[in-house]
Amino acid sequence: MDLILDIKNLTMNFGGLKALDGVNLHIRQGEIAALIGPNGAGKTTLFNCLTGIYAPSSGDILLYQPGAKPKRLNGLKINTITSLGVARTFQNIRLFGGMTVLENVMIGRHARSKSGILGAIFRPPATRVEEKAIVDKSYAILEYIDLAPYVNELAKNLPYGAQRRLEIARALATEPRLLLLDEPAAGMNPQETRELEGLLVRLQADHELSILLIEHDMKLVMNLARNIFVLDYGEEIARGTPLEIRHNPAVIKAYLGEEADAEIG
Amino acid sequence: MNYFWDLFLGGLTRGSIYALIALGYTMVYGILQLINFAHGEIYMIAAFTALIVASILTMQGLTGFSVLILAGVIAILYAAAYGFTVEKIAYKPLRQASRLSPLISAIGMSIFLQNYVMLAQTSDFLPFPNLLPQSEFLDSISAWIGPSDFIIIVTSSVVMIALSLLLKFTKMGRAMRATAQDREMAMLTGVSVNRIISRTFIIGSALAAIGGLLIASHVGRINFYIGFNAGIKAFTAAVLGGIGSIPGAMLGGLVLGLAESFGTGYISSDYESVFAFTILILILILKPDGILGRSSQQKV
Amino acid sequence: MKYAPELKRSATIALWLILLTFPIMVIQVNTIENIVVWRWMNIAGVGTVAFVLSFLWQIYQHRKTESPLPVSAHLPAFQRLLADPKLYRPMLIFIAAFALVFPFTASHYQINIMSTALIYIMLGLGLNIEVGLAGLLDLGYVAFYAVGAYSYALLNYHFGLGFWTLLPAGALLAAFFGILVGFPVLRLRGDYLAIVTLAFAEILRLVLENWNALSFGPSGISNIPRPGLFGIELTLEQSAVYMYFLLIALCLLTIFVIYRLQHSRIGRAWVALREDELACQAMGIDKTRAKLTAFALGATWAGMAGVLFAAKTTFINPASFTFMESAMILAIVVLGGMGSIVGVIIAALAIILLPEYLRVLGDYRMLLFGAALIGMMVFRPRGLITPSSRTYVFQPSEHQERT
Ligand SMILES: Nc1ncnc2c1ncn2[C@@H]1O[C@H](COP(=O)(O)OP(=O)(O)OP(=O)(O)O)[C@@H](O)[C@H]1O
Ligand SMILES: [Mg+2]
Repeated sequence: MDLILDIKNLTMNFGGLKALDGVNLHIRQGEIAALIGPNGAGKTTLFNCLTGIYAPSSGDILLYQPGAKPKRLNGLKINTITSLGVARTFQNIRLFGGMTVLENVMIGRHARSKSGILGAIFRPPATRVEEKAIVDKSYAILEYIDLAPYVNELAKNLPYGAQRRLEIARALATEPRLLLLDEPAAGMNPQETRELEGLLVRLQADHELSILLIEHDMKLVMNLARNIFVLDYGEEIARGTPLEIRHNPAVIKAYLGEEADAEIG
Repeated sequence: MNYFWDLFLGGLTRGSIYALIALGYTMVYGILQLINFAHGEIYMIAAFTALIVASILTMQGLTGFSVLILAGVIAILYAAAYGFTVEKIAYKPLRQASRLSPLISAIGMSIFLQNYVMLAQTSDFLPFPNLLPQSEFLDSISAWIGPSDFIIIVTSSVVMIALSLLLKFTKMGRAMRATAQDREMAMLTGVSVNRIISRTFIIGSALAAIGGLLIASHVGRINFYIGFNAGIKAFTAAVLGGIGSIPGAMLGGLVLGLAESFGTGYISSDYESVFAFTILILILILKPDGILGRSSQQKV
Repeated sequence: MKYAPELKRSATIALWLILLTFPIMVIQVNTIENIVVWRWMNIAGVGTVAFVLSFLWQIYQHRKTESPLPVSAHLPAFQRLLADPKLYRPMLIFIAAFALVFPFTASHYQINIMSTALIYIMLGLGLNIEVGLAGLLDLGYVAFYAVGAYSYALLNYHFGLGFWTLLPAGALLAAFFGILVGFPVLRLRGDYLAIVTLAFAEILRLVLENWNALSFGPSGISNIPRPGLFGIELTLEQSAVYMYFLLIALCLLTIFVIYRLQHSRIGRAWVALREDELACQAMGIDKTRAKLTAFALGATWAGMAGVLFAAKTTFINPASFTFMESAMILAIVVLGGMGSIVGVIIAALAIILLPEYLRVLGDYRMLLFGAALIGMMVFRPRGLITPSSRTYVFQPSEHQERT
């Protein structure tokens, strides 16, 4: 299968701290991959480098595009990377709390629409059509993700699990080819986690979406991912299929080093 | 060369005063992320209080050092009390509100205090007695530094060193720094945040009072409006140095004072504040967090 | 005694305030003639006011903790009024009728005040784009106002250009100035932006004050022509009425444009930017561009208001463009409830008209204004009107049945 993302030798320094140290990682088109590791391993930092929030200290991040040369993402602006088809959710939920659920998703359509100030003031037919499309598409996404009952609710008033799903809905609205999920199941109950699992499977199947998942819930990771990358202290300590990871001594050691989350699989 | 030296000294003098007032801004900002627009008014009230006390004492026949000490101490106490009260009335009820609400409240407080002094006292300029002491030592160095310049620079240096020591080595200082770093964390570790905030206002106001006394003696006249200009300048100094940073406020004050002094001396005396603001803009464009400000790369 | 503890506390607070205000309130020194006046009566005044206010405040606190009102009941009456077409339609008609009849029943003086209030509505709505919608704290908004006013005065003086040419020109020049200022500084975060905008405004004011060759300095520019009406000669009264209607028309235009902007792709992007800058960028919004647009549009309205101000008063000088003016406009936005058009209009009318009609209070006007700002923020920190978000109605589609 073709690659969609290829990260080579990625390093990120914060002063003296090497949060990422020569990490290599690749994702194939339409595949769900997972990135795991103990707290502070550098997982979120990798997402931040990938989405332009941090400028990596060295290394290459290559995004493959259909019918074009791969694009190097290093140093691009955050919104440019989103327009190229990479969308993400945040570990510590960052919804637009004062806006409604629907408006949150509509913001995600920004990159895929274009009417400007004059359009806003004069509302020519083109703008009206576009605006209607934004609303409809956003609502369709909310339905797809089972958030339709909440459309007009303020985002900050949603229950926690629904907020996590709204983050995904908002990311989907940007029409990504690669979706980055940072601990989407954190804070969810087992029931919600199972629903999330179903949703991700559906997403990948319906949209041929490639997904990179950071998650501490090993069951979810093992069920979903075909390929798992393990980070510890900014270094890649293992990669492979769920089966390989489960029995990898280095991984077991990294996790047992901490006390919590000890059982793998 | 002599002219240069004069300008340099003038800038240093002016800058030390800005620094003293800027400390109050930066300390409050560090803890509450609030631009305390009423801070300049505290400085103005301190000057008025000192003037009133000093005048009464002088009329009673007292002179010299004792007037300075009495008027100074009372002015500082009053300024601290005002700072404390202003926080309780205008900011404390707004702890949970969005950031703009306390800002408007602060602007309201500034307008209120200005008009309060104007109505209760006068809208005219009042002559302010020179309370700074005379001595043979000061006369002997007057060839290269004016006595009041000397006193201002020395006093403010001493006060700022004392403040730095206080923040560094006392329990209260540590609690204040902890609260500025992370209010929630400080609260969890048992720091009483309300008390820390009150003390911040008290200390900041006392520093402003010292600044107010020095400058009023130096310039020789005051009115109800002096707090506003000094306040804006001092806030500029705090931002210039990197707001929230104590050494930043000191450095910012000095840079600002020197910029104004040299600007007026070598370019044009009409544009005093323009030099200050231009320096501010240039520095912030080059260094968005101020000279000594912590870089604000936020964790995501 | 039911309120014994409250009374005791109020007494303590009153005592504290008496002590606090003692030197300033009671003693007045005259250093030239060496007399001290002791105004003991003032103590009674301070004591009473402090006692009553602090007692009321404590009762209020008490009530609030005892019976927290449900959120819906917190909506003030007029806000519920706004939500119901049956109620607000007649009200709109009434307001429109009032606005039409007003200039023919009111005095010249009153028309002028109302016109001033209308200018502030435009300023408030303009600043609302920057602060209320996009969350850019601009403490130097008055600079754009000054650019508009001086553009009209100077271009008219030097080149004889007329009001109708210069109204758009002033607006554009202000927008241009906005972009010029905004470009280097918009990457600064919150309060740094605030102080830098303040600095720009002060620089502009000081330059206007001192560069006599350009701006005629502190004495300002007088005899600025009023707007023409097809070359008809108007008396002073007539031209005030004409100005009034012109301002009404432009206010309506402003409201229309801002309403549309607010409910557009751009408007949503601004609000998202205010809510969470980083998440907003991650949604594909170009932060710099969105901020610059908000800044430039806000400036445009200030520029327009500036031209109107110059044409209305026929005299301008730098003293009209001090920081206090920026603070006033900001107060309008925050008091109104950030991002709410109706709120800004009400707040502008209140802030400009109340002090005018409270002239009976004489010198106490500004004192009370300051106190009112504090009081408003303490009691309604979110402003008069909390902007409500738009609701959408959908037919559930087939998709949904699946779940
Ligand atoms: N902006 C930053 N400045 C300084 N250090 C940072 C920054 N961002 C992350 N770090 C550090 O980099 C390391 C990796 O952090 P990161 O958030 O990537 O961990 P993580 O793997 O996502 O952990 P978790 O599972 O807890 O989310 C940590 O030591 C963290 O403190
Ligand atoms: Mg993380």
